[in-house]
Amino acid sequence: MLAFAGARDVLGTGEVALPLAGPCTAAELLEHVCARYPGLGPYKGSIRVAVNGVYATPSDPVGFGDEVALIPPVAGG
Amino acid sequence: MSRIRAEPLRLDELIAAVSHPGAGGIATFLGVVRDVNEGRSVTLLEYEAYGTMAEAELERVLSEIAAELPGVRVAATHRVGALHVGDVAVACAASAPHRAEAFRGCRLLIDRIKERLPIWKREHGPDGPYWVGWEDARCAGEHGHEAPHGHAHGDEEPHGHGHGGTAPPGSAGA
Repeated sequence: MLAFAGARDVLGTGEVALPLAGPCTAAELLEHVCARYPGLGPYKGSIRVAVNGVYATPSDPVGFGDEVALIPPVAGG
Repeated sequence: MSRIRAEPLRLDELIAAVSHPGAGGIATFLGVVRDVNEGRSVTLLEYEAYGTMAEAELERVLSEIAAELPGVRVAATHRVGALHVGDVAVACAASAPHRAEAFRGCRLLIDRIKERLPIWKREHGPDGPYWVGWEDARCAGEHGHEAPHGHAHGDEEPHGHGHGGTAPPGSAGA
């Protein structure tokens, strides 16, 4: 899993391997990550999940081998 | 050259990309690093992108606008890395047969870039570095998914956070 900007600072790294029991949804993945990294909890409602370079909806499936990323509120421009 | 890149942005390449014989108007926008944000002085902005996704998302934005606004052609680039006051962070161009659609396309383009491209900036000033928008993101989930507050540079309008914000004095901008 990739993490950027403020989310990366909380994790302490830009890329972590995330052990999952099986396929899950994007929403479940975010819950799992926030449970594993409690520092992310307060930001959970603002972090979007991207799967293979596309913003995921909460119910989108995440499977093994997908490139998953935590997307904090963007600030381009 | 890549659309999301560390090298300086060039308006002429965007104008060339949207020019064609039927284009009677070309509107352009440059987002420029400003010296003040929300009353704090800014010396440096560090832009970071999720590069592969930012490229793909920009491609989707360009395709959408071209489909939504027939006759409009759009092009854009975004810079990453350490940018200083006056540096161009984002450049947009839109062409159309007439000016109204060119302006409309350019506005839509910069708005969607700012809403959607996975790009972040770390602001450096007297109080040390911080990620723009990150602290505002705390517990935003309690109130549903709030749109990120705009804390960028010149083109931002003040949001006020519900208590009557005013533009910081001396704020330069696009």
